[in-house]
Amino acid sequence: MRKAILGKKLGMTQVFDDQGRAVPVTVIEAGPCVVVSKRTEEKDGYNAIQVGFGRVKERRVNKPLKGHFEAAKVKPLRYLREFRLDNSADYAEGQELRVDMFSAGELVDVTGVSKGKGFAGGVKRWGFGRGPMAHGSKYHRAPGSLQSRDAARVFKGRKLPGRMGGNRVTVLALKIERIYPDRDLMLIRGAVPGPKGSLVVVRDSVKSKARGE
Amino acid sequence: MNVIDMIEEAEMKKDVPDFRPGDTVRVHVKVVEGGRERIQSFEGVVIGRRGGGTRETFTVRRVSYGVGVERTFPIHSPRIDKIEVLKRATVRRAKLYYLRELRGKAARLKEKRQ
Repeated sequence: MRKAILGKKLGMTQVFDDQGRAVPVTVIEAGPCVVVSKRTEEKDGYNAIQVGFGRVKERRVNKPLKGHFEAAKVKPLRYLREFRLDNSADYAEGQELRVDMFSAGELVDVTGVSKGKGFAGGVKRWGFGRGPMAHGSKYHRAPGSLQSRDAARVFKGRKLPGRMGGNRVTVLALKIERIYPDRDLMLIRGAVPGPKGSLVVVRDSVKSKARGE
Repeated sequence: MNVIDMIEEAEMKKDVPDFRPGDTVRVHVKVVEGGRERIQSFEGVVIGRRGGGTRETFTVRRVSYGVGVERTFPIHSPRIDKIEVLKRATVRRAKLYYLRELRGKAARLKEKRQ
């Protein structure tokens, strides 16, 4: 069964696994989420569930959204996201999604918006090598040659300095180390995109499915 | 309480003895050898502690057959069975890296008086 949940990245720490190895983990407060509405093939042309997550003050919600939440008879929530799951028919409006739909040891894909790095140079943004910093060198971190002289122009897609980060990034096949259902927490091995406190989407891994697990 | 602190506290051992750089300790480490688990001990001088929470580690130095050996252990690792404090010493810094340059008599530390 395909599944997904919204969560908040809380930060990273380290835990010991059953063999005593230290494992780096990201702590995610996942859910509780509510299915607010559904998209169907007949009405919208595709199948999906719309899921809400996070507390929000009542007066911060505008009237159209309030109406939307009322139609589903749920309290207003901070974030709304759609998940296109092939089994979205299995979910009912108003249904609650909690961490316990996942279990420890499962592989998941985590999507988030990466930390913004601002205007970054070629060395940081693209991994360019840099020149010598001393011994009279004046070529330190500059991008260098842009292409051959015969081309007489710069081709599109040339890697140059510019805005870095703040992109939607998905990290595939991360292992769930632990689940704390009573506190809505999930410990995922390794790093996850985005700063602390940011919204992340955790879904069951596409890759492990393809491998026929 | 901060959620991360809560997770870390659950990971941490409660029975870690109080020891400081300069102290001589015996660390009992669980090692798996040919599918069998046994306990090995490593004895030496603590030359530093670093990190905090579950990530805290300490480094033990000993001179074995004339070769200096240092091992760094995570304090809260379940692989560590027990830490015994054998001797306490008075030292004036937190990291005793200068011991690496010293041999024999010079590498002794002033013992703490009880």
